[in-house]
Amino acid sequence: MIKPDLSVNICGVEFKNPVIAASGTYGFGEEYDELYPLEKLGGISCKGTTLNPKDGNIPPRIAETPSGILNSVGLQNPGVDKFISYHLPRLKKRDTVVIANIAGASVEDYALTAQKLDDTDVDMIELNISCPNVKQGGATWGVSCAGAYAVTKAVRSATKKPIMVKLTPNVTDITEIAKAVEAEGADAVSLINTLLGMRIDIKTRRPVLHNNVGGLSGPAVFPVAVRMVWQVSNAVNIPVIGIGGISDGADIIEMMLAGASAVQMGTAIFTDPYAPIKAIEQVERYLSDNRIEKISDIVGQVEPW
Amino acid sequence: MSYFCERYPIIEKSSLSADIYSYTLLCPNVAAEAQTGQFVQIKAEGFTLRRPISICEIDKQKGTIRLVFEVRGKGTDKISRLNVGELMDIIAPLGHGFTVPDTLDGKAIIVGGGIGTPPMLDIAKKYKDKCTAVLGFRSFDRIILDKDYTKAGAMTIICTDDGSYGIKGTIASPLDEELKAGGVSMIYACGPTPMLKAVVLTAERYGVKCEVSLEQRMGCGVGACVVCACTVRRGGSKEQVLRVCKDGPVFDGSEVVF
Repeated sequence: MIKPDLSVNICGVEFKNPVIAASGTYGFGEEYDELYPLEKLGGISCKGTTLNPKDGNIPPRIAETPSGILNSVGLQNPGVDKFISYHLPRLKKRDTVVIANIAGASVEDYALTAQKLDDTDVDMIELNISCPNVKQGGATWGVSCAGAYAVTKAVRSATKKPIMVKLTPNVTDITEIAKAVEAEGADAVSLINTLLGMRIDIKTRRPVLHNNVGGLSGPAVFPVAVRMVWQVSNAVNIPVIGIGGISDGADIIEMMLAGASAVQMGTAIFTDPYAPIKAIEQVERYLSDNRIEKISDIVGQVEPW
Repeated sequence: MSYFCERYPIIEKSSLSADIYSYTLLCPNVAAEAQTGQFVQIKAEGFTLRRPISICEIDKQKGTIRLVFEVRGKGTDKISRLNVGELMDIIAPLGHGFTVPDTLDGKAIIVGGGIGTPPMLDIAKKYKDKCTAVLGFRSFDRIILDKDYTKAGAMTIICTDDGSYGIKGTIASPLDEELKAGGVSMIYACGPTPMLKAVVLTAERYGVKCEVSLEQRMGCGVGACVVCACTVRRGGSKEQVLRVCKDGPVFDGSEVVF
């Protein structure tokens, strides 16, 4: 049998396979480049970047949970100028899709950051309107249609780059937010960001995270992510990128059957840095075994009862 | 500098005290790259996060590394169930280690607190009798590696909080005594944060260079996720937030903002 076609096209951007490293778990790629060539990945969504550098939250910033982690990094990043001058040129030498992930405390911040990226050769911009770990901005935008709408609108007019809006699951109805950003010109949506959670040390009676609360990710959130991807892909006409607790090839297939056109993997990389590479091989084997020629043929092919 | 993510055979296992285990792994590629003060990320089967454990000894000839860790929770308990002949899944070697020049002008002092004692054993083996190890523990039954430090040739001073062995109290007064005697050109320290802070202040008072190994909850362990933040002041410039896993775990004591 011929080799199955793993490539996907998301709003005009060609990915050699549907596996993207999730923002915040992969830095700007350089650390994992020591283990395997970044070219093996479909794409990399870079660490969330803001207009000005940010120091992030006071540690501890991570806590383990059953089948997952809570984090509250708080968008520590070198700022968009350093991203453009230092990290982006290095990444663009590599044959993989480079996605800038941007966040901001105000609509103007988002627009200015996107505008700076408009002149670069970044392939795509992911709008982080869903970070639960910053006091200003972040999920403030993503929890209301008005906020999501305002940020998407401002960024849309600031750049011609394809825009993917990353949605928070911490809302009553995620499809409403998805429809709002679609209406404002988002080219794709990615979901889910982390679920807001908390752990308390029973000896000290202090929250484990210094920020008190943080975002839950890892296998624990996978079923929630599958459900939301399914709901959103039925509600909008733009591509959905599935994120949340994906650990292996089987999870990728499941997420794509639910309606994801591509996926992002994050927390699994902490457990096994090779997880995305192994998952790509597993997806390829699944397609061969099931005589499926193109990965894109399975998108949304779940048959609901 | 590169690192590996592989599974390596356990060739030796022993218990050093009630909850503290020593493992030796046969991992020639890791041993060849490893430097004193670096660490490994051990996979605990069934857990999302790996456990960062400092390297205790590196034997480049035999291609082995030794790891000493304390069972602190379910993850380290799971790892401690591994036996000789089984494989340990590690990412290693990671981080920035201690500065250990071939020769020192004066003496070296090693300060270890509890489970912070292991990562400096190779320093003692290098400087032998030109080195004093001041090691602090909670009590007699918590003492580890004292014989290893003595065997390395270091003058070894043991302190216990409850006085059940050696000097009663913390490492503070024996450290002060050693520095007062003079001729010390370097201090290496690893242990609880309050201890490290005290060591750095003492080192500054005597004008002796000091390196400390920090501990922080980690995510990836390789520098990608910026979870394990620490604040430092480098070259007189303003404070910056660095990564314990990649920029450390060893830092110049004078630059750490405690």
